[in-house]
Amino acid sequence: MVSVEHYLILSGILFAIGVIGVLTRRNAIIVFMCIELMLNAVNLSFVAFARHFNDMSGHIFVFMIMTVAAAEAAVGLAIILAIFRNRETVDVDEINIMKW
Amino acid sequence: MQSFNIVVYVFAAIIVASAALVAFSRNLVYSAFALLFTFFGVAGIYVMLSADFLAAVQLLIYVGGILVLIIFAVMLTHRISDVEISNQSLRPAQGALILIGIMAVLLGVIFKTQWSLEGQLEYQATTALIGDLLLKKYLLPFEIVSVLLLAALMGAAVIVRKEVRGEQSGGKS
Repeated sequence: MVSVEHYLILSGILFAIGVIGVLTRRNAIIVFMCIELMLNAVNLSFVAFARHFNDMSGHIFVFMIMTVAAAEAAVGLAIILAIFRNRETVDVDEINIMKW
Repeated sequence: MQSFNIVVYVFAAIIVASAALVAFSRNLVYSAFALLFTFFGVAGIYVMLSADFLAAVQLLIYVGGILVLIIFAVMLTHRISDVEISNQSLRPAQGALILIGIMAVLLGVIFKTQWSLEGQLEYQATTALIGDLLLKKYLLPFEIVSVLLLAALMGAAVIVRKEVRGEQSGGKS
């Protein structure tokens, strides 16, 4: 039986990889994928806790997070496509039209 | 139980390796395909954690929906004829510092906490239990999140459609 710490460490590693990807990458789509990695890491720890405490509420939370992730994917990629049509780039350094 | 542990650690290794490839690969298409393996690995861990329904939902939503959307976005936002689909990174030293900080905090909390309830749990089918909770205890969040999803999908359609008007019909996500 793998104890809950191991699942949490896996989740922590996955979350940290997602954070570093968001912070260091310049392509907006990579940033987007790394946000999905972070959401998956949180889902993983929710399911590990649900198993550990034998409580089904964690599964419901994961369900909700997946729904929000799907909504975020639709809106986020639509925004990226709209920016690409206007600016011909998805580089987050060059998308500085709202910066002063 | 020995083989169980081995399977879990194999899934964990797949997840970590492919997630690192997602975050650090120079090629955008490689990142998208590595994300596929990450999602499969997480679904495998869900199965080992007795969350069979969530594993199926993970495959359906993430692999069947979100990943396909991402690959569409990769194809629509890059001229495929360009050989170099590069993905430069920016200030990796500061990023590594932040990574170490986050890992230190997370590992500190994980090892410091006493995880007392260590019992043998049996495997059970979770679909009926999830349905029961969704329609009784969590009915209001369920309805709210469904309205949110509808609004987000309509908003996405509006955002993408507005730019297409006037020119020839481009792609849509």
